[in-house]
Amino acid sequence: MTLPLSSSSPSPPPALQLRGHGFSYGQHAVLAPFALDLRARETVAILGPSGGGKSTLLKQVAGLLPGLETPVAETVAWMAQQDLLLPWASIRENVLLGARLRGEQPDIARAESLLRRLGLSAWMDAYPAALSGGMRQRAALARTLMEDRPLVLMDEPFSALDAITRAAMQELACELLQDRMVLLVTHDPAEACRIADRVLLLAGHPAQLRPVTDFAMPAPRDPLSPAVLPALRLIHAALQEPLP
Amino acid sequence: MMRPLVTLLGLVLLWQLIVTLFALPPYILPPPHAVALAFIKRGDVLLTEATVTLAEMLLGLAFGALLGAMAALGLLASQTARRWLLPVIVASQAIPVFALAPLLVLWFGYGMASKIVMAMLIIFFPVAATLYDGLRRTEPGWLDLAQVMTANAPRHRHRILLRIRLMAALPAFASGLKIAAAVAPIGAVIGEWVGASAGLGFLMLQANARVQTDLMFAALIALALCAVALYAAVDHLSRRLLPWQADTHVLK
Repeated sequence: MTLPLSSSSPSPPPALQLRGHGFSYGQHAVLAPFALDLRARETVAILGPSGGGKSTLLKQVAGLLPGLETPVAETVAWMAQQDLLLPWASIRENVLLGARLRGEQPDIARAESLLRRLGLSAWMDAYPAALSGGMRQRAALARTLMEDRPLVLMDEPFSALDAITRAAMQELACELLQDRMVLLVTHDPAEACRIADRVLLLAGHPAQLRPVTDFAMPAPRDPLSPAVLPALRLIHAALQEPLP
Repeated sequence: MMRPLVTLLGLVLLWQLIVTLFALPPYILPPPHAVALAFIKRGDVLLTEATVTLAEMLLGLAFGALLGAMAALGLLASQTARRWLLPVIVASQAIPVFALAPLLVLWFGYGMASKIVMAMLIIFFPVAATLYDGLRRTEPGWLDLAQVMTANAPRHRHRILLRIRLMAALPAFASGLKIAAAVAPIGAVIGEWVGASAGLGFLMLQANARVQTDLMFAALIALALCAVALYAAVDHLSRRLLPWQADTHVLK
């Protein structure tokens, strides 16, 4: 059950094809084999219940778990639910972490420019403990952008934030990630409607990936606007369907 | 700063009260002023012997911490080491280190070496155990992030160890060092009691044999001062190592 695209133009060819063999924790199969094609500059949201295999799928794509037919680990940047800022490093050093770990010359000017763009210019030398939750997540977003990878994996990155900060972060992410492919895992239908171009549902035992809806309007969008409401209803209906 | 001084003054007053109330002879419990006098009169001897004990404690702490850190890293790096060495290291703690003191004196002589080894043996375990624990308990999310950033390439693993695992384990290492600093004097003095030609423990034995209880007390106080100085130094070093755990979180 898929909401028809409002544009009738044919879909562009996929920029990235992800094929997973599924995943089991011991005898317990959590994720069924999946096929996911991502188009250039596309944000795909994967919705599903807690413990439903969303993070497992994302970890497989990131190369943290085995089972992806063609590994894409070198093309991904990762943003988790926790900001994962290192408490012993300044915000600037946290943003430079990837380069430091790879033994590359860090581009300090670019890191500082990103931090300025994210409104953290006064906090570059501060330790993460001095920052609020929203500021820390902005720093994590700067670190993700600093990686400059074509595919950004986001594992419920804004779920720990308050509603106002979450909305601001979603807007910021839409603006800053518009040139990349984004795979967003979330349990919040409103978040999926706000920023994704396509919403998929991951549910069942083992969890299966299936399309729910496409959007053909620019993001971020108001999930309560009349144009989005049918998609939101469709998502809610899909979530309430009995699990296969 | 005032509170420890007030406590100290209270203890000295209590000491004097006990001496006066029970009319204790000076060879059982000398009054505080007699110990102070011994401190002044035998200051040069106390300083010489304290230098020896402090050196034993410092070297024991340095080598013990180094050995403990190497053991923790070895245990983290090698599953074989974990299987074979970890049970041995844990079981070794059942042997009272003091029982080894005569052997150590036999093997390493009456000089500083046997005392340093003694202190090392006592210090090794708290440092190895706390650091190994700290290294094992790295936040899994940091390691996931590092793996994604390095695309899981083995050639970057040493940087993950240095920049994440070791840094994350520093608070645990600092706790181990503080415990080690507190037990280091025990190792040095026990070694000196069993067989030595210098040090505060040796001086205490000599004073005891001559019933110079005031000098024994003076040596004991000098030992306490050395222990407190060592602990304060390690505590200061820990704060320098872990600035992000200080009250002020801003670097500048």
